[in-house]
Amino acid sequence: MPLHHCELCHIDLDRISVRRGGQILLQDVSMHIHCGQLTVLIGQNGAGKTTLIRALLGQLRYSGLIRHVDGRGLNIPHLRTGYVPQHLQFDREMPLTVRDFVAASLTKRPVWTGVGKKVRAQVNEILSAVNAESLADQPLGRCSGGELQRVLLALAMNPPPDLLVLDEPVSGIDRNGLKMFLETLLDLKKTHHMAILLVSHDLRFVREYADHVVLLDKSVLAQGSAAEVFASPEFSAVFGYSGEEEEAE
Amino acid sequence: MDTIYSVLGAILPFEAYQFNFMRNAFLAILLLTPLLGLLGTMAVNHQMAFFSDALGHSALTGIGLGIIFGLGNDLVAMLIFGIIWAILICLIRQFGSASADTVISVFSSTSVAAGLLILARGGKFAKYSSLLIGDILAVTPGDLFWLLIALICTLVFWALLYNSLLLTSVDSFLARSRGVKTILVEIAFVVMVAVAVMLSIRWVGVMLINALLILPAAAGRNIARSARQHAAWSVAIALFSGLVGLTLSYYLDTSAGASIVLISAMCYAVSLAVRSIRK
Repeated sequence: MPLHHCELCHIDLDRISVRRGGQILLQDVSMHIHCGQLTVLIGQNGAGKTTLIRALLGQLRYSGLIRHVDGRGLNIPHLRTGYVPQHLQFDREMPLTVRDFVAASLTKRPVWTGVGKKVRAQVNEILSAVNAESLADQPLGRCSGGELQRVLLALAMNPPPDLLVLDEPVSGIDRNGLKMFLETLLDLKKTHHMAILLVSHDLRFVREYADHVVLLDKSVLAQGSAAEVFASPEFSAVFGYSGEEEEAE
Repeated sequence: MDTIYSVLGAILPFEAYQFNFMRNAFLAILLLTPLLGLLGTMAVNHQMAFFSDALGHSALTGIGLGIIFGLGNDLVAMLIFGIIWAILICLIRQFGSASADTVISVFSSTSVAAGLLILARGGKFAKYSSLLIGDILAVTPGDLFWLLIALICTLVFWALLYNSLLLTSVDSFLARSRGVKTILVEIAFVVMVAVAVMLSIRWVGVMLINALLILPAAAGRNIARSARQHAAWSVAIALFSGLVGLTLSYYLDTSAGASIVLISAMCYAVSLAVRSIRK
C-alpha cells in the first residue's frame, strides 16, 4: 500500500522486493523509518527481517526505492547507516583490545604500530558515550554479551549515522546488560537526530519502548503503534495469540 | 656488500659468521623472519594455518608447470602459480558451500600430486628434493636484494590493509557495513602470503615453510593481549628462532630450516606455559 507523505524527515522504503534463486524473500515492502523514533521490526524467523536490513545497508540487490527525505519530502542525497549486528562470531582468543578494535575502524594507521594520542582520546570519547570507557584495555574476547553490544553500538554511532540499524541486539544478554544497553540506546535517541530501526523478538520490550512497530512476513502485514499492531488480526495469525493475551501473561 | 660483511664480522664474533655464506644466511633470516612473523599474526587470526600449508605445497606444481611451459625461472613460475592458487582457494572459500578445510585439503592434495607427477617423471625427482627441505646457506647477495624489496612492499601493503583485515577477521558483515571491501582485502592478503611463502621456500623448504609462518604468530598469540603486542612478540620470536636456529645448525651440523622450526616450537611450548600460569 502506498504511504502518505508525513511532516518529519525519514527514510522512505518504497516497494522493496528481494528475490534470490527464484525465491521471493521480500515483496513490496513499503514503510517509513522516522528520525527521532525507535521503529521495531517484528516477525517470525524467515520473515525477511535480516534481508530487509541487508537491503537497507546496501549489501544485497533489491528492486524498489530507498530514499532519505526531509520534512518537505525533498531528497537528502546521502544516507549514512550505522549497524549493530546480532552477535559477533569471532575467535575470542584473538589478541585484540577493545581500543584496538575501535581504533581499527576509525583510522588508517595500522593498530599493530600502536594507537596514537589523538585517536586514543577519540576512542575514549566514543566509548564513554556508551559507558564503556573502562573496557578500552580489555581484550575484546573477554567482553560479556552486553559489553560487546555497547562497544558495537559505540562503533555504529561513529561517524554519526542518519539511520541506526540493530539486528536483535538484545538477544543473549543478561538482565543487567540488557537494561544498560537499552538505557544507552534511548539516551542516544534523545541526544542525536537519527532514525533507529531495531529487529526484536522480545515483544515485551517492543510494547514498552517502540514508537512504531512493523510486522513483517515477506511483506508488511501490519504497522502502527505497538498497541495497534498487537491488536491486529495479522498479529494473532503470525504469533498464534493476540496481544491482549500476551499482556495478561 | 663488503661493508655489510665487515660490520657483521665485527658484531658477530662467532666462528660461524666468519664465512660469507653464513653472513648471507644471517641477513636472509633478518629479512625473512619479520616478514613471515607479521603476516603470520593475521594468518593465525584468520584461521588460515591450513591454507598457508596448502599454499606451500603448491610450489611443487608451480615449478612443474614452469618446466612444462618452458619458463626458465623457477621462482617466477612458483610466484605466478602460487598467486593464482591462493586467489582460487580464497574465492571458493567465499562462495562455495563446502567447509573451508575440505576445500583447502582438496587443493593441497591436488597440487602435491600434480607437482610430483610432473617433477618425478622418469625418476628425476632427486633433482628437486632440495625444494622439500630448503637450503638457507644457498642465499646469494642478489637474493638478499629481492628479499629486501619484498619486505618493503609487504610492509607498505601491510600498513595499508591491516585495519581492514582486522575488522574482516572479527566479522566480515560488520566490516562490510563499515565500507570495507572484504573480498578484495582478503585476496590482497592471500597474495601477500603467497609471495612471502614462494620467496622463502627455496631456503626453508616446502615441508617447513608453514611452520615458520604460523609458529611464531601462534606463540605470540598465547602471550599477547593487544594487536601491537601480538605483532611485536611474533616478530621477536621469529627473529630469535631464526638466528639461534641458524647459529646452532652450524655448530651441530644440522639442517638450518629444521633447527629454526624446532626453536620456534620450543618458544611455542614456553608461551603455552606462560599462558597457563597467567590463567
